[in-house]
Amino acid sequence: MTDTGDLPRGRLIPRDRAAHPVARDVDYKTSVGRSPDWPLLSMESTASEETGPRFGHSMIGPRDNNLIENYPGDGLAIGERIRVFGRVLDENARPVPHTLVEIWQANAGGRYRHVKDGYFAPLDPNFGGCGRTLTDAEGRYEFMTIRPGAYPWPNRGNDWRPMHIHFSLFGSGFGQRLISQMYFQGDPLIDLCPIAATVKDRSQLDRLVASLEMSAARPMDYLAYRFDIVLRGHRQTMFENKPEGM
Amino acid sequence: MTMRETPSQTAGPYVHIGCLPEHAGLARFYDAQVGASPIATGAKGAEITITGTIIDGMGGLMRDAMIETWQADAAGLFPGEPGADPAVSGFARMACDADSGAFTLKTIKPGATGGGAPHISVWIVARGINIGLQTRIYFEDEVNGSDPLLSRIDPPQRAGTLIARNAGPGAYRFDIRLRGDGETVFLDL
Repeated sequence: MTDTGDLPRGRLIPRDRAAHPVARDVDYKTSVGRSPDWPLLSMESTASEETGPRFGHSMIGPRDNNLIENYPGDGLAIGERIRVFGRVLDENARPVPHTLVEIWQANAGGRYRHVKDGYFAPLDPNFGGCGRTLTDAEGRYEFMTIRPGAYPWPNRGNDWRPMHIHFSLFGSGFGQRLISQMYFQGDPLIDLCPIAATVKDRSQLDRLVASLEMSAARPMDYLAYRFDIVLRGHRQTMFENKPEGM
Repeated sequence: MTMRETPSQTAGPYVHIGCLPEHAGLARFYDAQVGASPIATGAKGAEITITGTIIDGMGGLMRDAMIETWQADAAGLFPGEPGADPAVSGFARMACDADSGAFTLKTIKPGATGGGAPHISVWIVARGINIGLQTRIYFEDEVNGSDPLLSRIDPPQRAGTLIARNAGPGAYRFDIRLRGDGETVFLDL
């Protein structure tokens, strides 16, 4: 458990649904049967959404954020070595400190280590494909991993997922919970992907594309990609001359 | 407000690798699994088990979904609040069974919170769900009549989709229907 005293509380800013994918998109076929027909019931947030689980450093292992080394094999994962880093902020541009960030991804050949993945690219004996970390006091996080491969999937006649890493975020309240995907700058498959295309606002989709940051790369070792994440924020209202939720 | 929220994307069929590695077949990958149980030994309150399934718009079981729950302790206090039961972490993460499609939550019954009837918050992700679905589990043997959320549901008969049914001593049944007949009320809070 971490100290909760410095975290913002209070009503959450209502979710801007236009910032998100549409729930039902015929080009992503599975979404058709897995999206509600009725409108969502909108209401002001309550304590159930404004509070949320806390995860302490004691549960995070020293190699949990290094996917190149964290699978119990004998050697290093195969693939292009990359560092993925960024900050987790809220809509008020405040850092989200000490929050859990979990990632998962395919290996360099585009194969997941999952009982349900039967793609014929081989498994890498030294790659599991999952990692986790806590942000620091300034909301910063980083992972070492390999660049995942693109892979085909059954949807339309010939759909391929662009290279991507799945991200899971918590924030301080359960109503801030978010799962998303990070894409890679310059990948031509992004514009062909029906899952990426569920985000109808192009400027929002662009925010899922991590940028190559040579200044954060290490010569003769790894490239670096920056992916900043924004979670819902708390509504700020003036209360006794002091902004609430700050 | 100065920044927009990062857009959601589907958790996909392999969400278990990142969130429930053991369910994906990565045995003992992490020392501690996130959300393994919402309670520890000694948690105060009535122990309950909630079982259910998630059903898609074609009536099929969603065997690949992941569910998370968040709740108050037996006194209605959330973890971190002054006086909250230290044996209640409040958070659970479950996979639907790959064969039966069933999920099972073993916890303690939460108390009423700030004017609301006792409830457990639920968040569902899966392949085909582009943004996680929020809902709530209420209990048929509690006083739900004045709950502000249930009272707002229109048409009111849909409120029944949020109420877990008694299924024996300490046991409840809660099925979630994503679309179509009996569609569960999903929330935007």
